[in-house]
Amino acid sequence: MREIQAADIVEAVATMCIKANTELPQDVRNKLEQAMAEETSSSAKEVLRQLLENADLSMETKLPLCQDCGLAVYYVEVGDDCKIVGGNLRDLINEGTRKGYDEGFLRKSACDPLTRANTGDGTPAVIHFDMVPGDKLKISYMAKGGGAENMSRVTMLAPAQGWEGIKKFVINRVAEAGPNPCPPTVIGIGIGGTFEHAAKIAKSSLLRELDDTHPEPRVAEMEKELEEALNGLGIGPMGLGGKTTVLGVKITMEPCHLASLPLAVNVQCHSQRHEEVVL
Amino acid sequence: MAEYKLTTPLTDEDMVQLKAGDVVFLTGTIHSARDAAHKKLFDLLDAGKELPFELEGSAIYYVGPSPAPPGRPIGSAGPTTSYRMDTYAPRLHSLGMKASIGKGKRSDEVKAVMKEYKGVYFGATGGAGALLSNSIVESTVIAFEELGPEAIRAMKVKDFPLLVINDCHGGELYVKPKLDSEE
Repeated sequence: MREIQAADIVEAVATMCIKANTELPQDVRNKLEQAMAEETSSSAKEVLRQLLENADLSMETKLPLCQDCGLAVYYVEVGDDCKIVGGNLRDLINEGTRKGYDEGFLRKSACDPLTRANTGDGTPAVIHFDMVPGDKLKISYMAKGGGAENMSRVTMLAPAQGWEGIKKFVINRVAEAGPNPCPPTVIGIGIGGTFEHAAKIAKSSLLRELDDTHPEPRVAEMEKELEEALNGLGIGPMGLGGKTTVLGVKITMEPCHLASLPLAVNVQCHSQRHEEVVL
Repeated sequence: MAEYKLTTPLTDEDMVQLKAGDVVFLTGTIHSARDAAHKKLFDLLDAGKELPFELEGSAIYYVGPSPAPPGRPIGSAGPTTSYRMDTYAPRLHSLGMKASIGKGKRSDEVKAVMKEYKGVYFGATGGAGALLSNSIVESTVIAFEELGPEAIRAMKVKDFPLLVINDCHGGELYVKPKLDSEE
């Protein structure tokens, strides 16, 4: 059993929270620059210019890219042959979140659903655990802002609706969301599984690099088809019109029940903040 | 598309000249309020009590900033999505609020009220909170401190960059998505 120390986990999580919220990932920056070169409307270009300037400023000043530093969401892969020493893994991740949000001057956005009282420290984080072979611990973090999350949906389609039904639902969802989720967005899609699993894999799809290609040619083709259709909506940066409505479409597809076709659409804003660490 | 420099408090004359798509650089004092603060403002109004700031000529900024690090007046401070305040905006416009600042679509009711009371809805660039904070020179919590990031702040702004999304003549800047007829 390989041992991983509690303090190292807390430190790594805190560092990830701060880095993700202040340094726009290079793949996102590349996409924004590419969009700026392709857009012809002056308002679309101006929005993209501001977003790139914002990223530079954030890097320089360590102010968060967006005041909405999200709910902290983690996907954790625990190797069968590693042992956490000195604490419970969920507690340690929450402790790292508290430290990162405090020391990084990040906004704490967790609150009671009904009284709306802020929990005060950015926790509890939403944490998904998985057991994997090996002796490593991989923690992926996402800062999930409320504006884009509110535009997300889960639906249970009838199997007969198939790919056409999926496309129609996704296109209508992005059209209906319009300017609200801070386009150009990244669209994570979960197809299959169950009601809750579709949502979980829709979100984890957002952890992929924007410029990667899905290893399954069938899914890669679906992503391409949807990306073209969504950019054809003409919503553009911040809804002011343009060619860039989405920066990417990422699909995860898994088997489901004979009777079902679960579909989840998780919308992520242009500030696609995520980081991962392997301990 | 014209460009204007405006100063608070805002007047009817300031508002009627604006058309969707115009750029406005706003200077003066604006007030932050989002979901929880609006609810509390309405509790005060319902109880017949005085509000913590003057509504007449005001501009309310839908924002919950991140904490100010040492040496800066405020943290990152971009707009939040406005539709959540659609239930509150009509009454505030009727009581003198001239403008709201946010991002995303407004309801038909809010658009109608803006026509009636000469109000304007400004958009600021969502997700550019670090950049926008450069135009905020001072920020003071004036009410509901217990709400943390949702507390009401008086923010002194200098040339705060805004875009007219909905003017008071029924004009709107947001594009309608191009959907196939069968959708």
